[in-house]
Amino acid sequence: MSVKKLSVPELVGRALEGDRRAIGRMLTLIERGGEPADEITDLTHPATKGAHVVGITGAPGAGKSTLTGQLIRHLPTLGLKPAVLAVDPSSPLTGGAILGDRVRMDDVAGDGGFIRSVATRGYAGGLALSVPGSVRAFDACGFGPVLIETVGVGQVEVDVAGAADTTVVVVNPGWGDAVQANKAGLLEVADVFVINKADRDGANDTRRDLELMLDLSHVSGLEDGTGYRPPILMTTATDGLGVEAMWEAVTAHQAHLEATSALERRRAARFRYEVASRLTTRMERSIARSLDGLTPDGRSPATVAADLAADLLA
Amino acid sequence: MAIESTNTEQPTIRVVLAKLGLDGHDRGIKVVARILRDAGMEVVYLGLRQTTASIVAAAEEEDADAIGLSMHNAGHLALAPSMLAALHDADLDIPLIIGGIIPEADIPILEGSGVAAILGPGAPAEEVVTAVRGAVAART
Ligand code: B12
Ligand SMILES: Nc1nc2c(ncn2[C@@H]2O[C@H](COP(=O)(O)OP(=O)(O)OP(=O)(O)O)[C@@H](O)[C@H]2O)c(=O)[nH]1
Ligand SMILES: [Mg+2]
Repeated sequence: MSVKKLSVPELVGRALEGDRRAIGRMLTLIERGGEPADEITDLTHPATKGAHVVGITGAPGAGKSTLTGQLIRHLPTLGLKPAVLAVDPSSPLTGGAILGDRVRMDDVAGDGGFIRSVATRGYAGGLALSVPGSVRAFDACGFGPVLIETVGVGQVEVDVAGAADTTVVVVNPGWGDAVQANKAGLLEVADVFVINKADRDGANDTRRDLELMLDLSHVSGLEDGTGYRPPILMTTATDGLGVEAMWEAVTAHQAHLEATSALERRRAARFRYEVASRLTTRMERSIARSLDGLTPDGRSPATVAADLAADLLA
Repeated sequence: MAIESTNTEQPTIRVVLAKLGLDGHDRGIKVVARILRDAGMEVVYLGLRQTTASIVAAAEEEDADAIGLSMHNAGHLALAPSMLAALHDADLDIPLIIGGIIPEADIPILEGSGVAAILGPGAPAEEVVTAVRGAVAART
């Protein structure tokens, strides 16, 4: 029977039992948003187990997908059941998208893993609005860790740090200057640095530049005063070289978070962030309703806004 | 941050595109990916050397509304039915659309075996989009 015909509670029930089609369908409803998505949030929330959430970010073409593909091959050998959210941009003109990250990820379905391609659907910041809901759904269905591959990002789009426990920033050899220039952006959110394409010239120079930068300033923005220094790993993702060590660094960061209660703090911040973004969505809808058909009638815009705000927040 | 309106009237169509088997002609399927994106669809591209099993897994995980394969190595009379059988075995009711080099004489055979639409070289963008939309609409 087609999972499209199930009610939301039936669908979630099947998904929690591990029915892959039901999980796929549930993710679609989460991406569409609205009431069914809220209902799924309520139904999956009690089943969450606290899966480790790992963000993988970096410039376009840095090798995020290839690394993620290697990870989902490696993790099952450690007894883990990884899920991936691979985010790619939607076209602002047509709303369509080409989601191509899977090309670099071997299918892991046989090992119990799960890959979902996600379009940003107009959301800035390198992620999609649905990401927290999809992460929760994977967690509830028994997947862990949950890996989030962001859109290829520049320096301002660093939302992933708010969505993940551990953020891996992927750079390439020869990016020393870019690294310096980007100090205030992407690099600030790194819990683990990966210099991928270490088979190319300049990997050691890039490592030196990164080390220097870490010496000069404490860059891992969310970790004040805990003495954590983001490690720098070298990988050649196309051959899988360094991927095991990279995962060890990620788990070491997780252990650090747990030991310092920073995990709780991050997750509380994440909770607030999600509540805030849901509130924003609701407010924007109410505001749109208030503005519908509004005409000046000789009034000051400031007065009208103040009056409307009083009504909206009443 | 721009927040798109949720609950849009028309849900976005999600299509899985792939090359099945060893056929390396991927130019056409990449053109199709762009055509469908420009028509507002979300295209999950799997790339070369896929198997029926990897396509079934992707279709489940991506909640695909349609599967599109392109075939240029004269294997379509074997490949298309094996893809349909794999979908049937997985209890997936998803339309299969095929393009590439398909001789005229084989079209009725493929249609008879359950392929939803078949397009050949030079198929214009509108035809590609209409074929996918039509195949999806026929199943919902
Ligand atoms: C370019 C090309 C190549 C390139 C491929 C580059 C690449 N990365 O794609 C190269 C040089 C590598 C190549 C190699 C070979 N090729 Co070649 N190649 C062609 C050629 C000239 C054009 C194909 C093409 O790109 N067309 C442009 C695209 C845009 O068109 P399209 O693929 O048809 O797609 C359109 C439609 O069919 C449709 N469509 C396609 N797929 C889908 C999917 C969906 C879902 C939908 C809705 C629509 C749709 O929409 C598209 C847009 O209109 C054709 C001849 C021809 N006239 O088609 C031969 C041809 C396909 N090749 C052929 C052969 C034999 C080979 C080789 C075996 C040759 C050899 N002996 O080495 C190798 C095999 C390589 C391999 N590993 O598979 C034969 C196939 C014969 C057959 N099937 O009976 C052809 C037909 C040439 C011929 N007349 O003999 N080839
Ligand atoms: N030489 C070399 N090439 C690599 C390595 N890792 C990835 N690549 C290549 O780099 C290109 C981009 O890799 P992806 O994994 O798609 O990069 P990405 O960061 O996911 O790209 P986007 O999602 O488009 O931002 C591909 O051609 C890979 O084969 C590596 O370690 N060495
Ligand atoms: Mg990628």
